[in-house]
This record gives sequence, structure tokens and C-alpha cells, in this order.
Amino acid sequence: MEPISGTPFLVASVIKILFTFTLILVLVAIWTLVERRVCAWMQGRLGPNRVGFEGILQPAADGLKNIFKEETLPPFADKGLFILAPMLSFVPALLTFSVLPMAAPLPTPWGYVNLAIADLPVGFLFILAISSLGVYGLALAGWASNNKYSVMGGLRASAQLISYEIAMGLAAVAVLVLAGNITPNEIIARQQQMHTWFVFPLFIAFLVFYISSFAETNRLPFDLPEAEPELVAGYHTEYSAMKFSMFFIAEYSNLLTASALIVVLFFGGWDIPFTSWDNTAPYSVAKTAATFGAFWVKTLFFYFTYIWVRWTIPRFRFDQLMDLGWKILLPITLAYVMIIAVAVWALDDRGISMNDRRYGLILSAVSLLLGGLLLWILDRGRVVSGSSTRARAAWKREVASHMGAD
Amino acid sequence: MAITVKTMRRPAPGKTSYLRATLKGMRLTFAHMFQPKVTMQYPEQRDADKEWTLSKRWRGTHRMSVDENGKAKCVACGLCPQVCPANCIKLVPGEDEQGNRYPLVYEIDEFRCVFCGYCQEVCPEEAIHVGVHYENAEYSRDGFVYDLERLMKQTHEVSTLWDPSDPKGE
Repeated sequence: MEPISGTPFLVASVIKILFTFTLILVLVAIWTLVERRVCAWMQGRLGPNRVGFEGILQPAADGLKNIFKEETLPPFADKGLFILAPMLSFVPALLTFSVLPMAAPLPTPWGYVNLAIADLPVGFLFILAISSLGVYGLALAGWASNNKYSVMGGLRASAQLISYEIAMGLAAVAVLVLAGNITPNEIIARQQQMHTWFVFPLFIAFLVFYISSFAETNRLPFDLPEAEPELVAGYHTEYSAMKFSMFFIAEYSNLLTASALIVVLFFGGWDIPFTSWDNTAPYSVAKTAATFGAFWVKTLFFYFTYIWVRWTIPRFRFDQLMDLGWKILLPITLAYVMIIAVAVWALDDRGISMNDRRYGLILSAVSLLLGGLLLWILDRGRVVSGSSTRARAAWKREVASHMGAD
Repeated sequence: MAITVKTMRRPAPGKTSYLRATLKGMRLTFAHMFQPKVTMQYPEQRDADKEWTLSKRWRGTHRMSVDENGKAKCVACGLCPQVCPANCIKLVPGEDEQGNRYPLVYEIDEFRCVFCGYCQEVCPEEAIHVGVHYENAEYSRDGFVYDLERLMKQTHEVSTLWDPSDPKGE
């Protein structure tokens, strides 16, 4: 069967757009509830369980409330940008998902339907480009509010994004070296072909990518742009009602996209593990449904870990955040990309093909070695020591030298 | 108790492991998800646990004691409006044919009341009490002015006064 084309392609695209849009918004709505309930459970509370069965209608109630609340427009704000900012963060957050395939192609009488809205040949570059656009919303929101705290939040958002975008991009380079393509579908296909998910041969890249994704989505422990104890609410201090809600939706859909991205890049996308039944033609509706399920199970797991981590780890200080981004993650990824490139070159030079299981195994062994080394170094605690401990050490040295002088 | 400075012994750099600490924390929070919850689901579930009952000395909504004839014990001596720091008790004394004083009007504004319990302490007839009760929501401000009849109709437990010989209430 051929890929779908012509009028059916248009119809299918519209359906896919509506479906994905609805799915994301519904998931985001549910996840605001999941976040509150899981956080409550972790703290020995019950969480919101009043509206509907076990609080399932709480997001609807919240949405309704937010629509009817007063829209404040501070007199000192830059009106145009103030209104534009939530849209600027909302739209890219939803756009990014459009290139991620959610399941195996769906066969229809008119041809295969690719389960990504747009199967762009430059898919991954598109994701990097659009996901970085979201920070304009944050920075503009901070600036347009004409409020010191908001500006601080916006500036932090942009500084943080720039710092971690580099590490994230470099970690993705490792994936691209192995995949040899930047189309999400091809990246998934390569993982299926290699009989391994990229998380095994590219463990450190995954680690860096995962950590960076927290910073990219302004999620705890890196939610400096809205750090409540310091900045009231950061960039959205001046926002109320639905405009505030849009920042919220944007944050959660960014998280969803980040989880889906991690799954596509490192966890085989819609691939079902230990079987090649799902990724060989002929495709059927059952295969599409099964792979769709597999994709969402993996994605929602990562979506959940964002909540889990948020309620476990306290917020970083800004200098610690910058330290981690520039002094640790960046050098690690730089070195790692080199090593992976050399390893891939060496394997290719030996004439071992990608379809050979040895290919993945050797790379995994390299990764295991490097990962073990990295974790050993990290576990020595020399890396994330705060400036306070350094200051105390310096002070101790000074005291010791004085004692010696006496 | 003497005030002391507690010095936190923090490990020196190079001796700590943030990685393991993080993983331990993650395990802890995950385990906590499945542990019993402490929330009391208030309107449906109340005083379900002994720890959640109010103290016997809780000073809440007032209550007027009633004698065996069903009349208020109050003799309108005027001590409670005198001692009331919030000035929330309104008392108009009256006298019957036998010369017994009784309150013509006895009103307590629960909104003004600071629930100090002085009225109960000062009452020579043990008539007016503060009670072990806290649910007195109303739809209007007028509803918070309790008249004599309403004070007599209250059925909740009255609060126990602080006894200097037994300061902890044992």
C-alpha cells in the first residue's frame, strides 16, 4: 500500500490535528489533577477528591473558574505584549507534538496514514526550533508585566533555556549519529532495526537529555523562573484567570512533549519491546492500537516522573543551576559525543552492520563503562558541591594557616 | 529551657553523595504514595480518631444552663457583661413577684465574642458556659446574635475551666 495522498491526506490531516489537539489538552487537564493528587499522596494527604469520582472533574471545575475570573491588565504593563505573551508560550508548546509519531502507520482504504500530524523530513530540527520559541512567551511575559520580579523570572527563563539547550542539543547529536537521520519515524525505525532502544547504547546522552528536559520545561528542581520564595510567581506574577491558565497549560504540554520526545529518541517511540511483530508490514488496525498503547504507556511514565521528581528534590540555586549546565553537563556531553562518534566510526570501519546485534551490544558495553565511570565520579560528591561548602573549606584553610602562624 | 545553638554537622566536600541522596529521596516519596493518609474528610468524617477530638477545655459556642423547671439558671447579676472584654453580652435584668431576678433580654453576639471564657468563670450560678463546639455557620450576620432561648437550646458539652491545681488537665 502507498502512503496516503490527495484529498484523503487533507481529511486525515485534519482529523489527526483535531485528535492530537484534544488528546494533549485532555491529558494536560488530567495531569494537573494527577499532579495534585500524587503530590498529596507523597505527603500523606488525599488531595482534591470532591468534584466527581475521586476528583476527576476537578480540572473542569478549575477551567470553569479560570474562565470566569477577572482578567487583570496592570496599568503599567505593555498591553500588546502582555496579551501576546501567553499565546507565545501556549502555541509552541502544542506545536511541538505535531511531528512525533504516536503509533505504527494506520492502514486505510486510501493508503497508509502516518500517525504523526506532519512527518517532516527535518522533524527533529523542527522540534528543537519550536520548543526554544516557548521561552519568548516567558521572557516577554516577564518584560511586559513591568514588574521587577517578573523580569527576573523572564530573564532566568531565557538564561536557563540557553544554557541547557546546548547540552540537550548535544545529547541529541549522539542520537542522530546513531540514527543517521533526523526524521522521528526514521529514528524509531533505526531503534527497531538495531533490536535495542537507544537508551542502552546512549545511556549518558539519555541522562543529560533527561536532566536538561527538566530545565527546558522550567520544572522543579530547575523552576527558577517562577521560584515562589524569591520571585512571588516569577514571570506570571501579574497574570490572572485564563491568561495564567495558558501558561499552566503550556508548561504541562511542554512536559508532555518532552516525555514523548524522550520516548521517541531513547525508548523506541511506539516500539513494543521484545517483539518485531509491531514494526513489520503488513500493518493492521490492531498493530496501530497496540503500538499507540505502548507509546502512551512509556510517555505517561516519563510524564509521571516529572511529578515524582518535583515532589522529591528541592529547588536549585541559580548559580548551582548554571554550574550544572555549563560546567558539568556540557563537558560531559561534548566528550560523550566524541566517544560515541569514534565508536560508531570504529564499528563501521570493522564492517559490522547496524542490523547486527553485536553493533548495539558493543555500543551498550561502551556506554555501560562510561556510565559506570560517570556515576562513580558523581557518587564521590565532588561535582554538585555548593559554593557554601567551598567557602567553608576556604575559611577552614584560612583558620588553619593562622593557627600555623601562631 | 535554655536556648542553645544547634550546629549542623555537614559532610565536607568530597565526602557526600548527592546521587544516592536523590535516589533515596525518590524511593522515599514513592513509598509514601502507598502509605496511609492522615487527612480527615471533614464534613462526612469527624472525630474518627481519638486524636481528633476537641480538648475538654475548648471554648466555643455558648450555652445557657437550665434548672429542673426548664428555666435559665441566670439571675441577671450583670457580672458577665461587666467582665466581657469584647462587650458582646447584652443583658436587661428583670424581677418577678417573689423578687427573683431573671434576664429579660440575654443576647450574645458570637461574632464579637473572643471566646475568652471569662463569662463562664465569673458566673456565680454556673449558668452561662462556653462549649466544646465549633460549627456555627450562618447565612446572615443577624444569625450570630444568640438570644436566651437559643442559648438554652444548645446541647453540646460545656467546656471545663482551667484548674490551677491541675494545670495540664489530667
